[in-house]
Amino acid sequence: MSTTILGASLAEQPRRRASLLRRMRRYPLPTIGALLLILLVASALGAPWIATHDPFEMNVVDRLQPPNADYWFGTDAYGRDMFSRTLHGGRVSLVIGIAVAVASTIIGLVIGVIAGYFRLADAILMRIMDGLMAIPGILLAIALMSLTRASVWVVVVAITIPEIPRVVRLVRAVVLTVREQIYIEAATAIGTGFPRLMLKHILPNTLAPLIVQATYIAASAVLVESYLSFLGVGTPPEVPSWGNIIAEGRLYVQIAFWNILFPSVFLGLMVLSINILGDGLRDMLDPRLARRL
Amino acid sequence: MTETPVLQVDGLVKHYPVRGGLFGRAVAHVRAVDGISFAIAPGETLGLVGESGCGKSTVGKAILRLVEPTAGRVTLEGEDITALGRAAMIAKRRRMQVIFQDPYSSLNPRMTAGDIVQEPLVNFGIGTRAEQRERVDALFARVGLRPDQRRNYPHEFSGGQRQRLGIARALALGPSIIIGDEPVSALDVSVQAQVINLMVDLQEELKLSYLFVAHDLGVVEHISHRVAVMYLGKIVEIAPRAALFETPLHPYTEALLAAVPVAHPRLRRKRIVLKGDVPSPINPPPGCRFHTRCPIAVPLCREVEPPLIANAAGHAVACHLRSA
Amino acid sequence: MAFDAAEAPVLVVDGLRTEFATGEGPPSVAVHDLSFTVRRGETLCIVGESGCGKSLTALSILRLLPRPYGRIGAGRVLLDGQDLAQISDAEMRAVRGRAISMIFQEPMSSLNPVLTIGRQIAETVMVHEQLDWSACMGRALEMLRQVRIPEPERRLQEYPHQLSGGMRQRVMIAMALVCRPRVLLADEPTTALDVTIQAQILDLVRDLQQETGTAVILITHDLGVVAEMAERVLVMYAGNKVEEGSVTEIFDAPTHPYTRGLMAAMPHLGGGQGHRGRLNEIPGVVPALHARPPGCSFAPRCPLVLDKCRVEAPPLLGVGGTHAAACWVTAGNA
Repeated sequence: MSTTILGASLAEQPRRRASLLRRMRRYPLPTIGALLLILLVASALGAPWIATHDPFEMNVVDRLQPPNADYWFGTDAYGRDMFSRTLHGGRVSLVIGIAVAVASTIIGLVIGVIAGYFRLADAILMRIMDGLMAIPGILLAIALMSLTRASVWVVVVAITIPEIPRVVRLVRAVVLTVREQIYIEAATAIGTGFPRLMLKHILPNTLAPLIVQATYIAASAVLVESYLSFLGVGTPPEVPSWGNIIAEGRLYVQIAFWNILFPSVFLGLMVLSINILGDGLRDMLDPRLARRL
Repeated sequence: MTETPVLQVDGLVKHYPVRGGLFGRAVAHVRAVDGISFAIAPGETLGLVGESGCGKSTVGKAILRLVEPTAGRVTLEGEDITALGRAAMIAKRRRMQVIFQDPYSSLNPRMTAGDIVQEPLVNFGIGTRAEQRERVDALFARVGLRPDQRRNYPHEFSGGQRQRLGIARALALGPSIIIGDEPVSALDVSVQAQVINLMVDLQEELKLSYLFVAHDLGVVEHISHRVAVMYLGKIVEIAPRAALFETPLHPYTEALLAAVPVAHPRLRRKRIVLKGDVPSPINPPPGCRFHTRCPIAVPLCREVEPPLIANAAGHAVACHLRSA
Repeated sequence: MAFDAAEAPVLVVDGLRTEFATGEGPPSVAVHDLSFTVRRGETLCIVGESGCGKSLTALSILRLLPRPYGRIGAGRVLLDGQDLAQISDAEMRAVRGRAISMIFQEPMSSLNPVLTIGRQIAETVMVHEQLDWSACMGRALEMLRQVRIPEPERRLQEYPHQLSGGMRQRVMIAMALVCRPRVLLADEPTTALDVTIQAQILDLVRDLQQETGTAVILITHDLGVVAEMAERVLVMYAGNKVEEGSVTEIFDAPTHPYTRGLMAAMPHLGGGQGHRGRLNEIPGVVPALHARPPGCSFAPRCPLVLDKCRVEAPPLLGVGGTHAAACWVTAGNA
């Protein structure tokens, strides 16, 4: 009634015309998250240039050095520079985060749309998804590792598979809700065929929640990668990743805590910034929800 | 009527299964529409009235095959469309269009007004893009919207303007009949008048037929040539407008008319108020479905369902005690 | 009328101004300088289209405006002499449901789906009166009987979803009246109902009002409901009172161009407009809250508009009896 009309006019008018700067002022927290993430991504991408040392170079003389002017984050048990290793470790996390998010979103979208639109497929596909969800990612990774050689791509597959059902459920829920909307009936009545109905009327509604979900998946993939590497079933040990750096460092934690501290802080900041960004995106993409908060 | 009707409906039935039990089998059926028949002539408006849950909206959807009818036949311009396949049905949609009740949810919020009205033309590949745009401009002008509003999104329009957009979309394909599912009941009175006048003008201009589904008897009396009254999935009375409103025969029609608020405080009266609620369409009462609330019911009404019998003037009523 | 007309009014709304904060800039005024009174046993209908401020008026009286945006900017709401705009939130809670009750358009969303009907009514009593639970349930039962719900003992144990729309609205009325309020605010109570059920509910409200002497403020967009129910009528447009008077005054001689337009726009049964004659249209739409014109807010849509109307808003001008309208052309002599 009159109150909702008012609410809509208050919220929607600025939304369309707001410049990027105004948006950033309106949503300070996601802006901080985004800036932090950009910094972390830049440091990972730029690692070969920013790094002060070769991350693989061993200086046995300088073993377990505390942070100093030469080794900013100290050195590990082999005398490798922690700063360089931490930056390079970010590259693995980044690749895995993005690859898992993209792969699970695309696969999940396709399956979700089919499940949401076709009754018969729904029953079968959703039971398969339930089955997939029951598989613990870590066990799956261990199984895959024992079948093949350890590589980053095996890790990606191992993390992606358990994420797919979550995306499928999300997409399916949106499709099920949207297909009941009257404008879908209206589109049918004016002779809109199935492909166009999907592309123009149904899929655009899944975009916003998918983007948000993808950020959460990326964050959780980064975390799971480090679990797996920590347990020795993830990224092969010769590639520095935050997980296996922490795993190696844990042996010396009592005498060289920095071996764990810096990769952990980077890992934490990466996950935190992605999650903050995801929350912010959700609020920006769904202004109705944001208004209620 | 010697002309071929634009739309003829014979014994239309739509039952919705109520699923339950371990395996989701149908344990009962909602008899939303339970065997109704009528015809609409070219340029004619048939008003379809009844209370919520009587199945009047389902009739519209079943005719459009937005829901698949359980039984019965729908004939559009002489051709049976109930058995048509998907592609053939899409082709038929050019001739039969719909206007929905809710001007907010019946327009895709992510499409511009221009795209919404253009979409039917795109679907049927009518004309080049430029010709389509010209047609959209003409349609905008015809329903009283400014052509520059085509770039706006639905939320930037008022309720009445959105309903105009819905009408423009329905007109785009040049249909012979438009089914209006409560097209004005979500609108304010002053805007409702604008939309009703527009619909009447368009009918005269384009020789359109309307099936006008509504619950507001005042609006239905205003716009219809003939009126059908539905109760629990059945038509209980169907008659030319004047006959129905001046000499209603079915006790339900009488009660419905008596329940409408008066137009002037001096006309306040003690009226016969129908007792109770509409029974569930899952287990409609046997015999005449209205007998549970009927003030004049006799034992026969509980056992035998009265047939719908018409007189020479086209006034038909389904009642054991009243005949046309 | 069964009650003394000279009696002091139960509710006096005086210069009510309801505002909404807009972030930047001055607040939007949703209800502008609204005054009216209601007496015991009287029915006042507030009529207008969506966005006219009629629902916000009710929410202002009950201090239920959406926070933090909405607030009462000025004016008094006097219930038996006590200004509701000034009392504390705790005192206001004691007034709601006891001295003033409200029923809403959508009975399903106003009832708690997980509590039985009986419990919900009894709790209303419990909150306001020092009675034990069985006495409260007794009152609930008595009230269900009074709103003529068949088999009240059984209904007491049922949940809202087991009732039909009409039954739910009866339950809402029972809940609203169980503490014998002085004023009942009914916001579009029959809009979601079918005509035959609407007739039942309107009859019920009228009968209960005669039994209890509750003053009723009925908010509606339906002139038919006004003609059935009202003693006095207040017509609102874009946050302003544009016309007021007794129901016969308004229907016999609608004065404000908006009231006239509204009456002519409504198709009614046997309306004598002749079949398929043109309905009167009011061109344009209600101005948005933040874009109300200076001068008379109806001026952009008015067929009789003068230059003066666009500059200076007309005050309420008497046109005889209790009848007054805010129009330079039809009520004043411009």
